[in-house]
Amino acid sequence: MQDDHQKPRQELPKKGLSRRGFLKGAGLTTAGTVILQGGILGAEAAAVDKTLGPDAVTIQLKVNGIQRKIAVEPRITLADALRDKLNLTGTKVVCDRGSCCACTVWLNGKPVNSCMTLAMDATDAEVVTIEGLAQEDKLHPVQEAFIDHDATMCGFCTPGMVMTTAHLLENKPNANLDDIKHAIRGNACRCGTHPKVFDAALAAVQKMKKS
Amino acid sequence: MNKFKWFNAQNIEEALERTNATVSDAINRGSADSAIIKSGGIELLDFIKEGIIEPAEIINIKSIPGLEGIAFDRTAGLRIGANTTLADIENNGDIKLQYLALHQAVSKAATPQLRNVSTLGGNIAQRTRCWYFRSIDHPCFRKGGTTCFAQNGENQMHAIMNNGTCCSVHASSVATALLAYGATVEITSRGGQKKDVSIDDFFVNPFTDIRRESVLRRGEIITAVNIPAQGKNVKSWYIKQGERASFDWALADVAVVVELSGKRVRKAAIAMGAASPVPVRSKAAEEFITGKDINATTAAEAGQKAMENATPLAKNGYKVDLFKTIVKRALLESV
Repeated sequence: MQDDHQKPRQELPKKGLSRRGFLKGAGLTTAGTVILQGGILGAEAAAVDKTLGPDAVTIQLKVNGIQRKIAVEPRITLADALRDKLNLTGTKVVCDRGSCCACTVWLNGKPVNSCMTLAMDATDAEVVTIEGLAQEDKLHPVQEAFIDHDATMCGFCTPGMVMTTAHLLENKPNANLDDIKHAIRGNACRCGTHPKVFDAALAAVQKMKKS
Repeated sequence: MNKFKWFNAQNIEEALERTNATVSDAINRGSADSAIIKSGGIELLDFIKEGIIEPAEIINIKSIPGLEGIAFDRTAGLRIGANTTLADIENNGDIKLQYLALHQAVSKAATPQLRNVSTLGGNIAQRTRCWYFRSIDHPCFRKGGTTCFAQNGENQMHAIMNNGTCCSVHASSVATALLAYGATVEITSRGGQKKDVSIDDFFVNPFTDIRRESVLRRGEIITAVNIPAQGKNVKSWYIKQGERASFDWALADVAVVVELSGKRVRKAAIAMGAASPVPVRSKAAEEFITGKDINATTAAEAGQKAMENATPLAKNGYKVDLFKTIVKRALLESV
């Protein structure tokens, strides 16, 4: 244990190469092979019937306003596609069973659990993730309010919490505390930040009225 | 998750032609070559993620046009397409006005995120949430095994009635409301034949067939749920008691639908979920309250009657008290 603590900093990945980027790079050769096979088998299957997969299938979807094309096996969830294919790692996977809502994104304008949505079900859909909430350099009022009201502790639930709250406020500008509680009742937070989240959401309602 | 193929069905016939297994078939007979229907997909994905089934193909029926939608008519009643999401049911004005207990049950089911995806068909066709059944390490009766781990195990969430064979409870709290309203399930089979199955007959008890929880067989699909029109003197209420107020599976839930003549009850349906392996009506409580006014005394007595045949297990005796209380409260709230 002590050795780990004393490990010199130089051993960490060099600047500009995050741990994530490093891991992805290391697996690149294998991933490339898989995609290549998927292309060939996929084409054969399509000639016989309309069945897609099980190897990678190319789908299109609009993510945060940008049209994207990705190759996914039908078993890949939207959460994994966003994180691993599009590098949008703001979306967090926590329970991976639709029980905590940390992975909440907007799919065709509705908040959903991206961990329980297959990427195939997002074909030709519009997806908004936490990365798409801010406009240029301006944070969404809900994001600002979360910062102002310290509505984050460990932070794992925060992207989902923000996406859910922002969706409510975009659709119900006069939301009251009951509306907020009803909307975010699926978003679990083990740190217990809910009172702060309620404060932030109510403050964001006022903020959005003024703007 | 295992690798699987994907098929976007354009119509019901196409989906029924391709499918060769229900989730229950796949659990009991092995899933190696199974082609399974999915709508919202929450239930199916859960089983695949747990490794309990490994389907070869998923037949997506979310792509079938016209399988969703809500139609209400004052005389014909309510028709909800199988692909309708729980969110769309929750937000429907006619349902809130005419079928309050259904509205309440749906708005307390799962989470807002799941309700945006989960469909009515999938909700009533889902399997039990018994943690032994959902665990790959526990080969219970329902998975072709030789024991029920819950009978002498962690049974605090389990059935307090009809629990001799398998003490799991049905997971759908929406079904509790549907049962109280006397809904029917429209099932379409290969060749396009349709049949209407009363919701009482739709659910299958473990002592009838341990391997499934509904009458649905492979080659069949739920296409709609119909609920008869309710008279203007009909009142309803739904209560779900979970461990948390925010969201949870029901420890106990109840839906009451009463038809009044003045203050007197002419007809009553009192349905309970999470009490028995399938949602059940309490004939004893219904008979007791019929012909009487609903007040604190009669409602409490009805709660007692609803639990007179309870056979709780070692760790779920508290549920008996929960049911007595929520039956009483739901009756009082309904009027």
